[in-house]
Amino acid sequence: MSFVPHTQEDIKQMLEAIGVSSIDELFRDIPLGLRAKSFNIPAGRPEFEVTQILHKLSLKNGIGLINFVGAGFYDHFIPAAVDAIAGRSEFYTAYTPYQPECSQGWLQAIYEYQTIICQLTGLDVSNASLYDGGTALFEAMMMAIRETGRNKIILDSGINLIYRTMLYTYTSNLSIEFVEIPVVHGQSSRKDLFKHLDNKTAAVIFQNPNFFGAVDDYSDAVNEVHKFGALAIASVYPVSLGLLKTPGEMGFDIATGEGQSLGIPLSFGGPYLGFMSAKNELVRQMPGRIVGLTVDSQGSRGFVLTLQTREQHIRRQRATSNICSNEALCALRAVVFVSLLGRDGLVELAEHNYQKAEFAKEQLLRLKSVEVKRSSATFNEFTVFLPCNADKVVERMIEKGFACGFPLGRFYKGMDNYLLVAVTEKRTKEEIIAFIDNLKKVL
Amino acid sequence: MKLIFEKHKDGRRGFSYGSNCVLEAKLLPRKYCRAKAAILPSLSELDVVRHYTNLSRLNFSVDTNFYPLGSCTMKYNPKFTEKVASFEGFLQLHPLLPQLSGGGKLAQGSLEVLYETEKLLCEITAMSAFTMQPLAGAHGELTGVMLIAAYHKDKGSRRKYVIVPDSSHGTNPASAAIAGYQVKVIPTGPDGYMDLAEFKKELSDEVAAVMLTCPDTLGIFNPRIKEITDLAHKAGALMYYDGANLNAMLGKCRPGDIGFDVVHLNLHKTFATPHGGGGPGAGPVGVSEKLAEFLPISRVVKRSDGSYALDYNYHKSIGYIAPFYGNFGVILKAYAYMLILGKEGLTKVAEIAVLNANYCQAKLKDWYDLPFSKNCMHECVFSAARQVKYGVHAIDIAKYLIDKGFHPPTIYFPLIVSEALMIEPTETESKETIDAFIDTMIEIARLAKENPSLIKQAPLNMPVKRLDEVRAARDPDLSWKPKI
Repeated sequence: MSFVPHTQEDIKQMLEAIGVSSIDELFRDIPLGLRAKSFNIPAGRPEFEVTQILHKLSLKNGIGLINFVGAGFYDHFIPAAVDAIAGRSEFYTAYTPYQPECSQGWLQAIYEYQTIICQLTGLDVSNASLYDGGTALFEAMMMAIRETGRNKIILDSGINLIYRTMLYTYTSNLSIEFVEIPVVHGQSSRKDLFKHLDNKTAAVIFQNPNFFGAVDDYSDAVNEVHKFGALAIASVYPVSLGLLKTPGEMGFDIATGEGQSLGIPLSFGGPYLGFMSAKNELVRQMPGRIVGLTVDSQGSRGFVLTLQTREQHIRRQRATSNICSNEALCALRAVVFVSLLGRDGLVELAEHNYQKAEFAKEQLLRLKSVEVKRSSATFNEFTVFLPCNADKVVERMIEKGFACGFPLGRFYKGMDNYLLVAVTEKRTKEEIIAFIDNLKKVL
Repeated sequence: MKLIFEKHKDGRRGFSYGSNCVLEAKLLPRKYCRAKAAILPSLSELDVVRHYTNLSRLNFSVDTNFYPLGSCTMKYNPKFTEKVASFEGFLQLHPLLPQLSGGGKLAQGSLEVLYETEKLLCEITAMSAFTMQPLAGAHGELTGVMLIAAYHKDKGSRRKYVIVPDSSHGTNPASAAIAGYQVKVIPTGPDGYMDLAEFKKELSDEVAAVMLTCPDTLGIFNPRIKEITDLAHKAGALMYYDGANLNAMLGKCRPGDIGFDVVHLNLHKTFATPHGGGGPGAGPVGVSEKLAEFLPISRVVKRSDGSYALDYNYHKSIGYIAPFYGNFGVILKAYAYMLILGKEGLTKVAEIAVLNANYCQAKLKDWYDLPFSKNCMHECVFSAARQVKYGVHAIDIAKYLIDKGFHPPTIYFPLIVSEALMIEPTETESKETIDAFIDTMIEIARLAKENPSLIKQAPLNMPVKRLDEVRAARDPDLSWKPKI
């Protein structure tokens, strides 16, 4: 099967029109010595066989676990209408909307997406999306380096280690100086921040809620960062923004984050959605596609890709970024998801997450041998100190049907007994209670 | 069409979470809470569904229109791959599960997909190993250049340049620059190939890599590619293969056999995963043996008992370039596509893609200038220079095609062809569809002479007329603002 519609007669007529006698002749520019030395690929199979093979593989994945693992990637409910819209092939089989007159659907949807990202983060401008939360954070950092002409970056160690590792990987050939400031009692240490902040600093980067689930008001820190002419960047969890103080309200210059929680399935790590918003004055430093509103020759409203002189297809090695693809289909899922929830629904979602996590904390108090860390307020995720190695507990809980949390020892030295537990709106009271009953058994 | 925000009505709901069963409501301390709620639209589910369904109908797409957008390989995306990707076992899997003690055995299906896809791509490209992590083509380029940098660093060799031809995709020089290299650009000679004399002049022991697209962006296979590869290797530089145009090569020619050291593929082009309005894509990177130890972690390995696992034990790895294992949902569709096509199907892809492009070229070359008159591969590049004499530019041709129901070819790229029209029909389009397109292109060539204003007015049949892009950039309006 190759989805090729050509009949033998079609091929014959086309070869005649070209003026060659065989398809092989069309490949004559490839020297014989450079032809494929092997092409040892299994023979094709019919659709029902391939579907069956892959269905069987899908069943080898254990997805029946009751999930309390988050660590930046959350098990949220996705309304069926999101799938229905993202499944419209007029959306998913289109390309980047280079030709606006035949892409108004996509362009308007992205303009609406940009608007919801601005509304969620409280900042002025958004782009049309980036690959994921980690690459979005890297792009934000590079914006700050270009904007300030400086090369020192201060990182809060409450930023997901996966993202910090990505930043280090991407900059291994660039001369960028990184300083990490510690988290003390769940919160980013202001004392250490102020010690390292100077007029060589390009940006200070925080995460809210941080990796331990703790929420903070960074207004004071951001204010101090600005005194040194540096930019403040926040990596945020969009569902939490139904409740939490926004990056805009705290004075941040750029916000980025992982948009997976907005109607995008976990799907073993991708495709996800990197989002980015910033203050107006930074728009020309932004990477990626941006959609703008304009008018047509009759004065009617329409949408186009805009500010393209930032981009690689025009500026080449002087572009703000090398990005060409974005995650438009995931951005569409996000805007449909948020539109379905609406003003009240998003707040309700955030409240359910917060309250269910608080309920789980209270129930955990029943277990005398564990300690819930309560030095900071948290959103829907929190740390628990166990009387034994968290890795072992996780393993035993999997046997009981629970993905009970993320063992912090995997990312942080000296935290082998700590477990990071996430509780989303999907977890029922019964599941939370069963989780704690089983935890009691394995401890 | 109205914006979704303009359809808002207070009190309407499209979704409810129901009552929160667990408790008496707790409140987050006020100092952490947002003062002003997000201004989001409130609508019924039907309102939302109708709004986006109607928006979808304003798009051209592969499923509705011929889409010969050069360099983008807009082939048909088989429906069964969407179904496969929606299997719950794949869709619901948390990416951290195999990183937990005892969790690996619950991710065997997805790990096997990654492992087997890597194996197939190795054979298709003649590379030793792949990373499936890069999330898009340009992301693959950046990963590839970083691998090259790690290799040279490991050898203790300091090199500061990357060479690209002037016909390259803009992402090539941009990726090299972001990885920390300076870019040297080689002009295209009058024969359409990279100027070999200029190339030799620029090549030195300071060059880290040469990035080439093959067949190149003119749709031409450079018969001297081996010579270029050998010269680069002699100078200690590595060869980078931009796989955007691999569709023409399947089963015919493999970058590894030519001597390329690093290859990125665009699964959303060659391997039929949908482009999704600009993404998500996937840009896996293949390397020759000497570069394998630098690949990003984690890597998927097969144990002697036949099970699959994540391996982080590569101390020379460049690190993490993505949070997990790549755009798994996209990789899965590409795997399904390779399984259904198999060896014969994949080879046929290249053959018919090349046939369709050459047919377009043959039928249109009397009507449009062909800057480099050669046998083309999967795409052909014309210039509208002849039509410009009558005031009709490539962009006008594009707009008239839209009125006739065709998505235009790529225009104004490659940059070295003035008024470029880059046509890539792909293998899944029938002779009838291509003939209808050719007839329209010939009609345009005629009209350009006889009645150019008719073309310059286009489009007339679309929801909007030509849009003012200058105004959009001069006075950017990038989001809807609530009236206060």
